[in-house]
Amino acid sequence: MEVNGRWKVLLIGLWTVIAVLLLRLFYVQIVDGSYKLDASNNSLVYEAVFPPRGLIYDRNGEVLVGNKVAYDILVTPRSVRAFDTLALAEALGVEPDWIRERMNYYRRYRSRIGWQELQFIKQIPAQNYHRFAELAYSFPGFRAQVRSIREYPFNAGGNLLGYVSEVNDRDIAAEPDFYKSGDYIGKTGLEAAREKELRGRKGYHIYLRDSRNRKQAPYHDGDFDLQAEAGRDITTTIDARLQQYGQTLMQGKKGSLIALEPSSGEILAMVSSPGINVEILADIGRHFAELSADPGKPMFNRTVQASYPPGSVFKLVNGLIGLQEGVLKPSYSYPCHGGYNYAPGHKLGCHNHRSPLELEEAVMMSCNAYFCYVLKNVLDNKRYANSGEAFDKWHDYVESFGFGHSLGSDVPYELGGTIPSSALYDRLYGKGSWKASNIISLSIGQGEIGATPLQIANLAAIVANRGWYKIPHIVKDSEGLEIDARFREKHYTLVDTTQYGTVVKGMWRAVNSGWGSGGTANLACVPGLDICGKTGTAENPHGKDHSVFICFAPMDNPRIAVAGYVENAGWGGSWACPLASLMVEKYLCGEVSRKDLENRMINTAIDGN
Amino acid sequence: MGIERRLGKTVDWTLILLYLLLVLTGLLNIYASIHSTESSGFMDLASRSGRQLLWAGISLAIGAVILFIINPRIWEVLASPAYFTVLVLLVAVIFIGAEHKGSHSWFSVGGVSFQPAEISKITTSLLLAAVMSRQNFSLSGRRNLAAVAFILGVPMLVILAENETGTMMVYLGFLFVLYREGLPGMVLALLALVAALCIITLKTSQWWALAFLLASGAVALWYLLRHTRPMSRERRFSLRIFAAVIIALAALVFSTEFAFTHILQEHQRLRIEVLLGTKVDPKGVGYNVHQSLIAIGSGGLFGKGFLQGTQTTFGFVPEQSTDFIFCTIGEEWGFAGCLVVLILYGMLISRILSDSEQSREAFTRIYGYCLASCLFMHLAINVGMTIGLMPVIGIPLPFISYGGSSLCAFTVMLFIFIALHRQEKKYF
Repeated sequence: MEVNGRWKVLLIGLWTVIAVLLLRLFYVQIVDGSYKLDASNNSLVYEAVFPPRGLIYDRNGEVLVGNKVAYDILVTPRSVRAFDTLALAEALGVEPDWIRERMNYYRRYRSRIGWQELQFIKQIPAQNYHRFAELAYSFPGFRAQVRSIREYPFNAGGNLLGYVSEVNDRDIAAEPDFYKSGDYIGKTGLEAAREKELRGRKGYHIYLRDSRNRKQAPYHDGDFDLQAEAGRDITTTIDARLQQYGQTLMQGKKGSLIALEPSSGEILAMVSSPGINVEILADIGRHFAELSADPGKPMFNRTVQASYPPGSVFKLVNGLIGLQEGVLKPSYSYPCHGGYNYAPGHKLGCHNHRSPLELEEAVMMSCNAYFCYVLKNVLDNKRYANSGEAFDKWHDYVESFGFGHSLGSDVPYELGGTIPSSALYDRLYGKGSWKASNIISLSIGQGEIGATPLQIANLAAIVANRGWYKIPHIVKDSEGLEIDARFREKHYTLVDTTQYGTVVKGMWRAVNSGWGSGGTANLACVPGLDICGKTGTAENPHGKDHSVFICFAPMDNPRIAVAGYVENAGWGGSWACPLASLMVEKYLCGEVSRKDLENRMINTAIDGN
Repeated sequence: MGIERRLGKTVDWTLILLYLLLVLTGLLNIYASIHSTESSGFMDLASRSGRQLLWAGISLAIGAVILFIINPRIWEVLASPAYFTVLVLLVAVIFIGAEHKGSHSWFSVGGVSFQPAEISKITTSLLLAAVMSRQNFSLSGRRNLAAVAFILGVPMLVILAENETGTMMVYLGFLFVLYREGLPGMVLALLALVAALCIITLKTSQWWALAFLLASGAVALWYLLRHTRPMSRERRFSLRIFAAVIIALAALVFSTEFAFTHILQEHQRLRIEVLLGTKVDPKGVGYNVHQSLIAIGSGGLFGKGFLQGTQTTFGFVPEQSTDFIFCTIGEEWGFAGCLVVLILYGMLISRILSDSEQSREAFTRIYGYCLASCLFMHLAINVGMTIGLMPVIGIPLPFISYGGSSLCAFTVMLFIFIALHRQEKKYF
């Protein structure tokens, strides 16, 4: 074809396409009557269909968070015509004055509200809903909407689960295509962290409406309706019974109780006490003020947000570092006469026990002096130019145990605690003018060191695994939902696996040596379970000491690792230790044999200060 | 007086009139689409219609500058520096641009955001016109063909990487320009066949695609046998080529299927499926079409009247002032309104084509064809999408959709053409 004629081909093509578009428009707008609406402007009504939110299961398939039905009343103020206020008040079970007040409010802000549909009352009882439904025709502009709200079969994991409540302006602004005023959104805990999976997708029904504002047949036989898509279920690693048991144990006490499965890093239980009772989670709005005013801060998730000195459980870390650095051998023994003199006239005290001790017994009896020697030897190591350099090495070791940074778990709002760096001491004491004696309290987990209970529990898992951990997490793989690959990785500490034997043995002896042996954790002993544990008593400048304990069991192929941290409870062996051991027993045996201990633990409140 | 007479004779006022009518249509319908949700006046700068009015003013000013102040010669000179600058921006925006609905294609400077892809249509057109209008240029030369492939292909790939499928499709319109400039019709047909085969394979199955291939092969064979003499050298040669093409296309069908199911990743697969309409987008984009059809369909013959629409004004139709603005036109002005708007577009594009065709300079002609192709692709894809003839691809309706950068870009593109056209009139 001659090129010069081609523009005509293109011109014909252009008008052909325009003709096709017009034909299609002609069909849609004129021929196919199904798109046409009657003359009234309000002839189509869109009714949102809320999907059921995904359920949250525990590791054994028990429902931790379920759904139940609730009824909301919505209003489109512009469509409201004169109605019988008394009748409506009676149907809904509210005061007539309250309704008048609402209507006045709508009138005042009518230009801002426009044609929007607003929430009038939420979560009315079923009987009121039925009464309203019968009379609905006489209240144009009002309608009822069924939606599902949360229900909690177990009183387990209030803080962990988090709550769902109405979206605020910020939520809407963040995702204007998804959220509309009155929608619900997960605000804290798992509900917030897994909002994307749990929420599903809203749908709608389209109805034709007649001139008297009554719903008629579904528009176009429902062809254009959008089905709501149910939210996806989440399976957690939590053991509902263990979680509930832990909460019972911690009642009346402040602190945390965390149980992990060492081989997988799965969190079996995670108690922050005082916590939020699940009974008020579903309707948290009504209780919000009292929760925020509570001095026990129930909304504060201590397990991942509180930073405490770890206390003597940290001796394990120092001992392992000493072994790896070669400045400590299991057979080294150090004397202790009521403590350690780190400077003339200054003594870091210790309790009464036999002397001298070797490493294994130093762990068993938790000798302070022994670990002062260890830290001193680590820092005075001739291999390094000065204590600063040796300290930096020590710092690397400690970080490899998961301290000093957030672990990267999937628990919302996890914090990382603090491990001091040499720069901090350079600033405090001047560069090069500090040595082991200045920072000796680090040897027993005191001083400028802070760890979250989750990190302390992770330490228990590391020792249980003899040198590695997987990042603790609360969501398990389930159908259609795979957890992040980072939770499957093993993180090895900088201390060789072979070095852990002595420490583990010491922990076993701390629990299983019987009364009078000097072992600090006798209260944790359950015959046959081979629990290994380490107590800690963290000095607290603001009040009574905190009671700390980590343990795992059985000694070989451990199935559970637990950390207990009880605020202001004093000696580690007397509170955290039995509490943690009860968790171990409950998990491994299903039942607790030590009923007296259990009752004493449950029924004693600690208000120490 | 003299200037006015010259202006009257040299400037194509018809084009400018059509342009103004389309911009005005846009302003009215943007106001209609937002008037119930943004309770503010037509001119209020806080509202979309107010801002669009401001942008229309800015666009007109830019248009006047291009038409009366800038020497049109400069466009040919600027073509290649502009092209490569924009290419750099296109790549840069992937890394430093703001994320906007899943694509990294927007720059945001001082509250005004713009898409390099929008400007790249202009610079690509300019460079294409500059290169193809050189003396001795012919599309049959290999080197020339390679240059054209580079000019079109590179920005297309980058834009694809930006996730701007719509603009990528607009680039396909440049094939019309190549056709006008002598690309054998056979090549276009072959490309269309390849596209059709891929779409059929993915939409139905490879067997349907093969059936389609055989059917079109049979037609081609019949044509071949009719136009060559029996036993001639020519016939044997053509038959060999024919067989090779058929085998290659069959291989393409199977490899498409294989690549789709085995090589592409889940999310890439999903995007293609959504684009083809074989799967409904989980975020609900597929449902937009239903909403849009209800809005347009409810308009009837004469529509519900200005500001009387219910579907487009209550937020049932998403993107109602941008990509789905045609719904508002359809609902409030009915079939009559749609007819008028489409005819305005048809007249605008036809006028550009005939002006181009009458032009004595190849540069002006080729640039005009580029402009017409871009407008045409935008029109066909956008309107086709709102009435369910095309998959949902977010591109604006030229001059009408809300969006300052889009309006400015199209205005610049159009006025460059008007200026080029005027300059010829002045001197010849």
